[in-house]
Amino acid sequence: MDAFLQNCLNGISIGSSYALIAIGYTMVYGILRLINFAHGDIFMMAGYFMIIAMTDLMLPWYVSVILVILATVLLGVFTEKLAYKPLRSAPRMSIMISAIGVSYLLQNLATYLFSALPKSYPTIGFLSQKIVIGNISTSLVTFITPILTILLVVGLVLLVNKTKVGMAMRAVSKDFETAQLMGIKINNVISMTFVIGSALAAIGSILYFTPRTQVYPLAGSLPGLKCFVAAVFGGIGSVPGALLGGFLIGLCETFIKAGRFSEFSDAFTFVILIVVLLFRPTGLFGEKISEKV
Amino acid sequence: MKKSTKAICSLAAIAVLAAVIFYAGTLPTTSMFRTTFQMASIYALLAVSMNMLNGVTGQFSLGQAGFMTLGAYTYAILTIPVAARPNVYYLYGVAPWLENLILPIPVALIISGLVAALFAALIGAPVLRLKSDYFAIATLGFAEVVRIVVASSWLNTITNGSLGLNNIPSFKSYYSTFGVVIICIAIMGLIKNSTYGRSFKAIRDDEIAAEAMGINLAKTKLLSFVISSFFAGIGGALLAMYLKAVSATTFTLATATYYILLMVVIGGMGSISGSIIASFLVIFSKEWWLRFLDSPAYIGSFQVPLLRSGFRMVIFSIVLMVVVLFFRKGIMGDKEITWDGIHRLFTAKKKKREVSDDAR
Amino acid sequence: MMPGNVLHIENVVMQFGGVVAVNNLNLDINEGEIVTLIGPNGAGKTTAFNVVTGVYAPTNGSVSFCGRKIVENYPKGKMKKLYKGEHIGEYTNTMEPTPDVITKMGIARTFQNIRLFKNLSVFENVLISKHLNRHSNIFTAAFKINSKEEKKNREDVLKLLEILDLADVKDEMATALPYGQQRKLEIARALATEPKLLLLDEPAAGMNPQETLELTEFIRKIKDDFNLTVFMIEHHMDLVMGISDRIYVLDFGKLIAEGTPQEVQNNPKVIEAYLGVSDDAEN
Repeated sequence: MDAFLQNCLNGISIGSSYALIAIGYTMVYGILRLINFAHGDIFMMAGYFMIIAMTDLMLPWYVSVILVILATVLLGVFTEKLAYKPLRSAPRMSIMISAIGVSYLLQNLATYLFSALPKSYPTIGFLSQKIVIGNISTSLVTFITPILTILLVVGLVLLVNKTKVGMAMRAVSKDFETAQLMGIKINNVISMTFVIGSALAAIGSILYFTPRTQVYPLAGSLPGLKCFVAAVFGGIGSVPGALLGGFLIGLCETFIKAGRFSEFSDAFTFVILIVVLLFRPTGLFGEKISEKV
Repeated sequence: MKKSTKAICSLAAIAVLAAVIFYAGTLPTTSMFRTTFQMASIYALLAVSMNMLNGVTGQFSLGQAGFMTLGAYTYAILTIPVAARPNVYYLYGVAPWLENLILPIPVALIISGLVAALFAALIGAPVLRLKSDYFAIATLGFAEVVRIVVASSWLNTITNGSLGLNNIPSFKSYYSTFGVVIICIAIMGLIKNSTYGRSFKAIRDDEIAAEAMGINLAKTKLLSFVISSFFAGIGGALLAMYLKAVSATTFTLATATYYILLMVVIGGMGSISGSIIASFLVIFSKEWWLRFLDSPAYIGSFQVPLLRSGFRMVIFSIVLMVVVLFFRKGIMGDKEITWDGIHRLFTAKKKKREVSDDAR
Repeated sequence: MMPGNVLHIENVVMQFGGVVAVNNLNLDINEGEIVTLIGPNGAGKTTAFNVVTGVYAPTNGSVSFCGRKIVENYPKGKMKKLYKGEHIGEYTNTMEPTPDVITKMGIARTFQNIRLFKNLSVFENVLISKHLNRHSNIFTAAFKINSKEEKKNREDVLKLLEILDLADVKDEMATALPYGQQRKLEIARALATEPKLLLLDEPAAGMNPQETLELTEFIRKIKDDFNLTVFMIEHHMDLVMGISDRIYVLDFGKLIAEGTPQEVQNNPKVIEAYLGVSDDAEN
């Protein structure tokens, strides 16, 4: 029973950090119809930014967190302006290749700058504190992650549904051209999407790497893919869907890891992906889109 | 251009190619050119196989690494000498049925292609129904699953689990690899120029119109997927032969799929000759010409900045980005090198010159 | 169904979610006729075409071609509850052939928004249509064991292009052609599948009066030369009235009139659908 609860807590915690990254995928896909392959690597770079800020520059954690979020947002927006914006009218395949190119570039750049060897992630003192509830002992970060994630998601849902920026985002995701004709500044909306996505990826990276203690150039690749699966699972374009997808993927993975098939936990995620795509390609909350003949 | 002239040109080109391959074979085995040339030819096959599906048929797959792994493992399992097996499988032992199973190299090569093709046929029917980017991510997922399963403890006595396989034998002759590569690429070229190749291109250009013209989308896409995977399997086997060892981490998303995609994009989506040129350019620069980028260099006591391990791959990624952003068609677009094309290239230049001369 | 019937659409309902795009369509086309489907924008004309060509499976109803049933469907799953049409329970089979199967049977079509193969030459665009009648398999085709077939196909396509006055531009890229010729090429491509029934979706869209006139002649000519029955959607009334044997009028998914051009022109319902009800009439 205790083991079960422990797994639940761990699963929800890892799932929450997945959810934060999944939101980045889901929002970008909703607006640009692009799988942002580079998102996982932006998340990885956020991990290195933290190392630079805390280990190399020896800044206090609260300054570092802000700096990391700013740097990640800059990287995300910069990527969009440089690699996606020039291809807005190009075939979708070109933009996808461009995203893959950015992913490849970031991975190789990280290898070049920080070497392929894992670097240890700085500890934020209070996050690593052990807390004990009943028979379950865990670090504070495991506990904080889901709460923080839910707060952020609620904030984001409010932003999307209640504010003018949010309305513009929804309009653009419904119909790119019409929104443009209605006087919405497409480029601002897209930048905003990347700002939000990257900021959440930065927060997600802090919550993800703190308990894992290591960052390496390919550290964003597999989590990135998993988070994309989470986004697909919840229905691409849907923020609450991404949260739910993240939770489900995190829980499944944790329980499989605890069981007899632990070595297949990653494979399982992809099997889910393929099954979901085949039977419900629009995910749990997604909308149906069909091409006009 | 006359037919006979073209034939003479083709014969001349074949003679030059044969001479270069023969020359490479006479070099000592430590020669950079000899090994790089062989490696580049294998990658040319892999790039062309990816291009058949991604470029010619327009179905953007990211599963190349998975099919290469399948091919490489199949080949290795079927050919590692019986005497070497106890050593290779020293930790987990070898499955009894496999102990004495050994096949001649050419047969094993074909089977490795067939295994990859079989998996493509199995997953193809459902996965190819998905639209462009979802298809990409599903094939990517498939490749990851293949890698995980191959390395899993369930298959310890067959694939040697996470340790991978070594002692993989290769052809006796240096030239055989080229033979296989040339035959495979030629077959794909012939397919591309046949009525089937046209139906692939039609699907790439407009699925709905292709279907309305009587092309069965499901079957035709599956055909292209199976063909591409078959040759990816053979390419994987050739690479295993070249490396003499293979493990689940030999062909990953970054080291195989993206790397080969880089060649396909640089060469031009849909162009077989483009893919061949690009793979030779990329492999030669990466393995030979640009090697200096990865080692620190000094001019006198001054250390040249930026040069250190990993810089090569950064340059390659930047080249990929530049091609994607500014030269979207790559070297060849979706065209092939033809004698007419070369002829036109020269005459057009001449004409231009004449025109500008007249202007003066 | 009378002998000589080429296309028989029976009680076809096409419903998307709660929206009924085509409501109980009944339509017959006989051999050698030119029949036009007209109606205001959004009336469901192209949807009707898509049902006939297998792009959509109808929600209810059936389609027969030359006396043989080719499409049939009835509401199932979620649609059972949502279904708003009539003739429920009359259809019990499910026949949903994909578009390629229907093309093989002898129905070819063109598209409202031109859909040529952009990176192929004019010649190749038409040659593609010969793929469906091939006898070669991938091996005989690749290794040119069946080169006679390929040669014959190429000759046939060349002949076709000559008949249609496209032979001069056969090596041009399809997208390099002027608009009118692109439309013509779409028709050429459809003809190369050797159809009995040709479906033209707004062939004169975007053409000026002179071009429309030429197109009228062109459609007549190919109809006679290739022994076709033509089913067309069109807005240009000069073309419609000048060429059609019979006209069907669709409004909001429902058939509101049918008959010869004269009959349709004088039908008050048609005038109403096109021009709206005038204030005088209401009072």
